[in-house]
Amino acid sequence: MKELKIVVLAKQVPDTRNVGKDAMKADGTVNRAALPAIFNPEDLNALEQALRLKETFKGATVHILTMGPGRAAEIIREAMYRGADGGYLLSDRAFAGSDTLATSYAISRALGNLEYDIILCGRQAIDGDTAQVGPQVAEKLGLPQVTYAEEIRGIENGKITVKRRLERGVEVVECPLPTVVTVNGSAPACRPRNARLVMKYKYARASQEGAGERAELLDQHPYLRLTEWNVNDIRCEATELGLNGSPTKVKTIENVVFQAKESKALTADDAGIDELMKELIANHTIG
Amino acid sequence: MNSVFVYCEIEEGVVADVSLELLTKGRALASALGVRLEAIVLGSNLGGIEKQLFPYGVDVAWIADDRRLAPYTTLPHAKMLVKLFEAEKPQVALMGATSVGRDLGPRVSSALHSGLTADCTSLEIGDYTDAKTKREYKNLLYQIRPAFGGNIVATIVNPDCRPQMATVREGVMKKEILDPARVGEVKRLNVGEFLDDIDFVVKVIERHVEKSRLNIKGAAIIVSGGYGVGSRENFGLLHELANTLGGEVGASRAAVDAGFAEHARQIGQTGTTVRPKLYIACGISGQIQHTAGMEESSIVIAINTDPTAPINKFADYVITGDLNTVIPKMIQYYKKNSK
Repeated sequence: MKELKIVVLAKQVPDTRNVGKDAMKADGTVNRAALPAIFNPEDLNALEQALRLKETFKGATVHILTMGPGRAAEIIREAMYRGADGGYLLSDRAFAGSDTLATSYAISRALGNLEYDIILCGRQAIDGDTAQVGPQVAEKLGLPQVTYAEEIRGIENGKITVKRRLERGVEVVECPLPTVVTVNGSAPACRPRNARLVMKYKYARASQEGAGERAELLDQHPYLRLTEWNVNDIRCEATELGLNGSPTKVKTIENVVFQAKESKALTADDAGIDELMKELIANHTIG
Repeated sequence: MNSVFVYCEIEEGVVADVSLELLTKGRALASALGVRLEAIVLGSNLGGIEKQLFPYGVDVAWIADDRRLAPYTTLPHAKMLVKLFEAEKPQVALMGATSVGRDLGPRVSSALHSGLTADCTSLEIGDYTDAKTKREYKNLLYQIRPAFGGNIVATIVNPDCRPQMATVREGVMKKEILDPARVGEVKRLNVGEFLDDIDFVVKVIERHVEKSRLNIKGAAIIVSGGYGVGSRENFGLLHELANTLGGEVGASRAAVDAGFAEHARQIGQTGTTVRPKLYIACGISGQIQHTAGMEESSIVIAINTDPTAPINKFADYVITGDLNTVIPKMIQYYKKNSK
């Protein structure tokens, strides 16, 4: 078999799971600055599957493709610290406001610049929870897809065998390559950073980020220059990008406010619990 | 006029609950729009399946019965839907936010260049004016969903592309029979006209699906635990209380993420929506992500060491204290005083 080429689609996301009190502004909009930017969790599960394949198949390569602002290069470095060979940052103001369809269009066009046998990505990103970009990329590239993957069992005769996690069970499917595989959060967690790789790649930079304090290293080690693409580097129609290319429009956004109930405060001692249970039995809620 | 379509999932010859819930909502939307409700069933051994659909107000049942269509695989189902939608041009298409619907929906929407909104919690019909062009659109589908970890609720519209597509999780909508005697029209699809051998390249080689799942949606009493429960072992106490009261154990996303409970027990925006008569929230802080899935419970008891926990705003009874002392007291009282 020729050397396996793996591309992992990854996204830098605000950590919506740890939303503090200052996460919402007074006007009801999201205060992005108050939320730390992280490697989307299920994309890390996908990266782990990619790195396992790299270990199994000699000569296999793993590259990250991410779309976002210059800062998103952080997750390319993060992936390289864990064993990825490199990455591509797709970054342009023209992508701003993209819904999943416009996003998948831009990513599929960027993938047109690359060679791949397997495209891996997380099932969904925690800022939107839509799980749409993976299948939409597959459709745009005319590839089959395997979603909700929990484990890649193997690759043989150009076919990949994947265990999927369904609501009430598991399924094992066999799919010809190339294909798109979206990985579920129940898959093994990603390995930690490797100290040697951190030393090697910590000064890697995308051009948008500036060279940083160790600019000379970028000249000495070309692998530290992360590839960056804008709209002109991918063959695409401007009408399909950003807000224009997005069929879905946000009509309104409301901050979630709930009407507080009138509640009865009880003590945690015997008297309090007895009172509660007595009431619940009396009004037939229990018993 | 262009119809409302619902893609129906079949489990062991029975239409899935999530699909019946969507048919109920689809009927309401179709009636509001003055159009027909049409159901699509793709599978195998589907004899008489339409009888399960018509009582929910289905006007037309499209049925493709072919052994290659079950179990579900992406490519054949997606291609049949794309071709059918190209011919029938529905204005609205709904499917379950399940491992099937969330695999199929984006594929179909990409092929048709139409907008898809995942995991809607509410669907309504309404008008929309584009802020830039000032163009007015009548009778669009409002696709209402939480976003950003549930901290905001967004209303999404698809002004120009059809169908307007949405997925909805199981248990979010209510299922309701419109008329048990109702009969509609059956239209059979000839699979050979839609699909080629190449569409069946992905093979299911093994499948283990459990029949009976724990029925958290139907439980009248739910004892639910959050990250504050602390460990999988401590969840044992919740199980004990649930067993004593005749209820089920639920969990917040944080508790599931931490491995304290299995995903099937997760309540909230990315889990199940429940409406029990009694909901006991133990060690749950009450992030919107969670409360959106239980706010319609009749009576809520919050047990939390933090007196300022947001969950307390939803609670009828607030107990500030350690669940490890509170729960045993509840069990003890109940055993002593119930009949």
